[in-house]
Amino acid sequence: MMPGALSLGFARADVELRTFFRRRETVVFTGAMPVLILLVLGSVFGDGNTAGVTHAQFLTAGMIAGGIASASFITLAVGIANDHENGTLRRLRGAPTPPVSYFLGKVVLVGVVSLAEVALMFAIAMPVFDVTLPTDAAAWVTFAWTFVLGVTACSLLGIALSSLARTSTGAAAMSNLILLVLQFISGVYVQPLRDLPGWLVHIGALFPVKWMAQGFRSVLLPDHLASIELAGTWEHGRIALVLGAWCVAGLVLCVTTFRWRDAR
Amino acid sequence: MTTAIEVSGLRKSYRGSPAVDGLDLTVDEGEVFALLGPNGAGKTSTVEILEGHRTRDAGQVSVLGVDPQQAMGAAGRRWRASLGIVSQDATDAGELTVAETVRHFARYYPDPRDPGDVIELVGLGEHRGKLVRRLSGGLRRRLDVAVGIVGRPRLLFLDEPTTGFDPQARREFWELIRALAKDGTTILLTTHYLEEAEALADRVAVISAGRVVALGTPRTFAGRDTAPSTVRWSEHGVPHQRDTDDPTGTVLELHARFGGPIPDLTVTRPSLEETYLRLIGDLR
Repeated sequence: MMPGALSLGFARADVELRTFFRRRETVVFTGAMPVLILLVLGSVFGDGNTAGVTHAQFLTAGMIAGGIASASFITLAVGIANDHENGTLRRLRGAPTPPVSYFLGKVVLVGVVSLAEVALMFAIAMPVFDVTLPTDAAAWVTFAWTFVLGVTACSLLGIALSSLARTSTGAAAMSNLILLVLQFISGVYVQPLRDLPGWLVHIGALFPVKWMAQGFRSVLLPDHLASIELAGTWEHGRIALVLGAWCVAGLVLCVTTFRWRDAR
Repeated sequence: MTTAIEVSGLRKSYRGSPAVDGLDLTVDEGEVFALLGPNGAGKTSTVEILEGHRTRDAGQVSVLGVDPQQAMGAAGRRWRASLGIVSQDATDAGELTVAETVRHFARYYPDPRDPGDVIELVGLGEHRGKLVRRLSGGLRRRLDVAVGIVGRPRLLFLDEPTTGFDPQARREFWELIRALAKDGTTILLTTHYLEEAEALADRVAVISAGRVVALGTPRTFAGRDTAPSTVRWSEHGVPHQRDTDDPTGTVLELHARFGGPIPDLTVTRPSLEETYLRLIGDLR
């Protein structure tokens, strides 16, 4: 009897998690960096106040988006480029394991790291910046679908970038740069967005991070704050639409660019 | 005897320049077969095609009765489960320990060897708790072999397995390969060490410019057994030597002339390495 794809997927997940948490650079850059940025920016600029909500509370919602984008997009872009470089993909290709098990392992990795990222953000932001968790179920439902759609879109784009980057150093540089720029023009660090030039905002609105941040703001900030969004509402429908479209586009990119080995 | 690997007319080009150029090869089940040849001769391309890592442009290939290019889905997985692959420069699983790595890969196979036994077998017993990235080059290669054999393969591919080994480690590794061969594992070995091919292989083939240019047992390879021998001795403290097709006659003649023991007598046939270098030199 050949081992099942699912049980091999969990075996892969076990290896992925051990590898992630034992590698200091991934834990520091992917895991701790967004939390550190939240702490630093929140402490420096956080006291400003808009309609009864501190800037640190705005920032928390944005950094949750940035944190899970980092946990999915950067983790997979760098991780899979690494798997190319060090022979992991080659070894798996030569072993009797179905390809889906490899991706199952990555799904569990990204899920665990992203959830841990959110938990860490809340653990810091609640005592330090007086952020409170939403109490109504509807808010948590919004949180859940924003999280799932955002992580999925960013993961698929991370996989696609790993194919384009060719080396893990290249993947690390490209993914970090892309995410940093997107966070700036998506209202993660700078809020409200109308403080930014319009053309930058339009570019930011093409990518997932802006919509993830907006989704998390709708969950964590009081409803009257929707008035400072560009559209004047939380735009839940549009968030779901844009993130869903990126999931589809990301999947197409993955399927067309992913290679088990370098073409020589 | 059944055939483990059957290749005929294999061709593979990269950007128009041929790497494998009409290669024929047959490896019997249970055989240890060494592929020799200079860098760039097409050894690695050939092996990667056999492993299913690379597509071919032309020719017939059968590995354990399966065309590697057609090995997909469930049947492909069963086929892969009967192969062991030890490639040249893997650096994966760096953050796992030796024991974790072997245990993990054992899970992929329907009837694996016991991971603990395999770790002992390759001589990593005292390093089982060590992180893989902290292993020296030679120990790392042993781990690759452990992962290659943990699934109880019928056919094992070894691509330059002892590069970077010290002489002691190389001898130990040879014992391991002999033990696997004795168990009936078919082994396809590529190596740059001619004495390794001589110590392990039932047959050797030399590949040059993408085709097999010589094939035989290590003893008879490329006319080695009929090549002239060299007899060396000393006379009045001066070294002498003679190349001859009849070394026994030469020694008898000397023995008669000295009327007893011949000082510093040695008789040597060309080593596999000398034969190989002559062959490759002739081809150039």
